[in-house]
Amino acid sequence: MSVGTVWVHTEVAEGSVASITLEILAKAREISSDVVAIVGGDGDAVAAELGAHGATTVLATGDLGGALPGPSVAGAMAAAIAGGAAPAAILIGTTYGGRDVAGRLSVKLDAPVITNIVDLIDEGGLVGTEPVFGGASFVKTKFTTDKPGIFLVRPKSFEASETGGGVAAVSALVIPDLGATGAAVVTNSFVEQTEGPKLDEAAVVVSGGRGLGEADSYSLIESLALALKAAPGASRAIVDAGWVPYSYQVGQTGKVVKPDVYIAAGISGATQHLVGMKGSKTIIAINKDSEAPIFGVADLGIVGDVHKVLPQLLEALAARG
Amino acid sequence: MKVAVCVKQIPDPADPGALDPSTKTLKRDMKLILDESDSYGVEMALQLVEAAGGGEVTLVSMVPNGEVNGLRTALAMGADSAILISDEALAGTDALGTAKVLAAAIARAEPDLVITATESSDGYTGTVPEQIAELMGLPSVTFAKSIKMTEAGIEVKRQTEAGYDDVSCPMPCLVSVTAGVVEPRYPSFKGIMAAKSKPVDQVTVADLGLDAGSVGWAGAGQEIIAVEEAPVRDVGEIIEDEGEAYQRIVAFLDELKVI
Ligand SMILES: Cc1cc2nc3c(=O)[nH]c(=O)nc-3n(C[C@H](O)[C@H](O)[C@H](O)COP(=O)(O)OP(=O)(O)OC[C@H]3O[C@@H](n4cnc5c(N)ncnc54)[C@H](O)[C@@H]3O)c2cc1C
Ligand SMILES: Nc1ncnc2c1ncn2[C@@H]1O[C@H](COP(=O)(O)O)[C@@H](O)[C@H]1O
Repeated sequence: MSVGTVWVHTEVAEGSVASITLEILAKAREISSDVVAIVGGDGDAVAAELGAHGATTVLATGDLGGALPGPSVAGAMAAAIAGGAAPAAILIGTTYGGRDVAGRLSVKLDAPVITNIVDLIDEGGLVGTEPVFGGASFVKTKFTTDKPGIFLVRPKSFEASETGGGVAAVSALVIPDLGATGAAVVTNSFVEQTEGPKLDEAAVVVSGGRGLGEADSYSLIESLALALKAAPGASRAIVDAGWVPYSYQVGQTGKVVKPDVYIAAGISGATQHLVGMKGSKTIIAINKDSEAPIFGVADLGIVGDVHKVLPQLLEALAARG
Repeated sequence: MKVAVCVKQIPDPADPGALDPSTKTLKRDMKLILDESDSYGVEMALQLVEAAGGGEVTLVSMVPNGEVNGLRTALAMGADSAILISDEALAGTDALGTAKVLAAAIARAEPDLVITATESSDGYTGTVPEQIAELMGLPSVTFAKSIKMTEAGIEVKRQTEAGYDDVSCPMPCLVSVTAGVVEPRYPSFKGIMAAKSKPVDQVTVADLGLDAGSVGWAGAGQEIIAVEEAPVRDVGEIIEDEGEAYQRIVAFLDELKVI
């Protein structure tokens, strides 16, 4: 517990604290006894949940009125620091909003960011661990300045857990005048509906890639997912090709998944895909190329054609009822 | 309309990367190519300028070693000119230092719109775009799936965890575009020939009025202290399908109690 105050950037989804934030709070609590949750929104609405997960205090800006979190939340944090607050570290999730906050804050504090970390240890100074080459190696990085250390943390790096703490005390975090930088506003939000379990929460994930050959063949993945009560996923190749929405993407720029079982069909296993699913407990891969890198991480690898193996598998599962 | 597009020149991702044992960063001493992620930004810029009925697309790239190969590819696609910041002092520059250099160079082009990718293929910090915007005092919209020009500025569909947001933003501003949103054009033969004579303005760190101490190894406020191999996964069971492999999957799912 030698680290001083740790700030955790809080994200809220559908009224509750997002899992990425709860994961980071668990880590923050481990390295510090003074964990402050920074909320770009209504603090009172989430103070109980944040307290239960170990936040000692909440600093909240109040409703952002459609402004993007990057300039406003970073601006508010920088103003608090200029006013005397002295966090030792600021932990932010690698999300759309989180990366903006980190980038803006980095410039405001003239402090670098250590990105993509999956672990954070206190070795008389915080050290971040980042996977490289699809997770084949880990690089450990520390700061050489005495500025607050800004870390961007990848989802699913830590396990969320409750401490049973009470409602965290909420104080106001004031957003300074942002000038032109705060001029972008959200005018509408759209939710892409998906059926079945959520990709990043499902116990079983079935993902398809370019090896399916054409968009219509993705129905094989959907059928298998249905049969296994799994979430359907995808490689970026078929998201880019427009076969499935972006929300299906697993990997570096998509979702990080850690299911009990991950089935990859017609996916080569590019490093950017591996980094999003390598943490799965068990991996099954089907690919017609025996040299495909996905076999390097597979517990069961089938060298075969997805158009033969998947229909047979579906039939066998249907027969079992 | 003037658009500046950041294009990173990187080692070919098809070649397995390696870390330089002395600096513990990616080796970048080979021939560099245009980062595919940035080809979407170049295409987006060309389309926006066409839609606006004219304008200028200026590329901005930072390298330590004078490389122009990737810039030529983007010029061949149709960009008008390029600013190349090349300086040996840039080796080892971190994301914040990179953003400082790029922001200073972009300012020379006086653009209405700055476009970047959401993250580079080799560095993937994903922070450079927002750092550039803050340094230039610009509003920004990251993770754009589409950009439409309006009277007041731009309308962007921005990727979110759950779907997307409509965001409106006045210009000048910065937008980072996700891959796959447009189809980058292939340079035509004419384009490739024309690219050879397009202007590439080569500048140094000093030309940009930046302090050499804020870039390179000296300016990087972080240090890699160790590189460790990940524990290797146990070698799995690999079988060739001869019509029966699906049964092994069923049995395996059974063992795992998934079915
Ligand atoms: C900055 C950056 C970020 C990225 N982020 C991601 C990310 O988040 N997620 C991601 O997935 N990718 C990401 N990528 C892309 C990644 O590098 C790969 O291009 C992508 O994962 C490839 O998708 P794929 O495996 O479906 O396609 P391919 O690589 O084309 O592989 C298709 C595979 O299918 C096999 N196949 C073909 N036909 C059959 C058949 N009939 N039966 C069985 N197998 C068959 C082939 O042998 C091949 O191995 C990123 C890339 C960059 C540069
Ligand atoms: N050296 C560079 N030269 C030009 N553009 C760059 C450079 N580094 C980063 N960028 C731009 O910033 C984006 C994000 O980079 P990064 O933050 O490294 O993931 C890239 O995709 C480029 O558009």
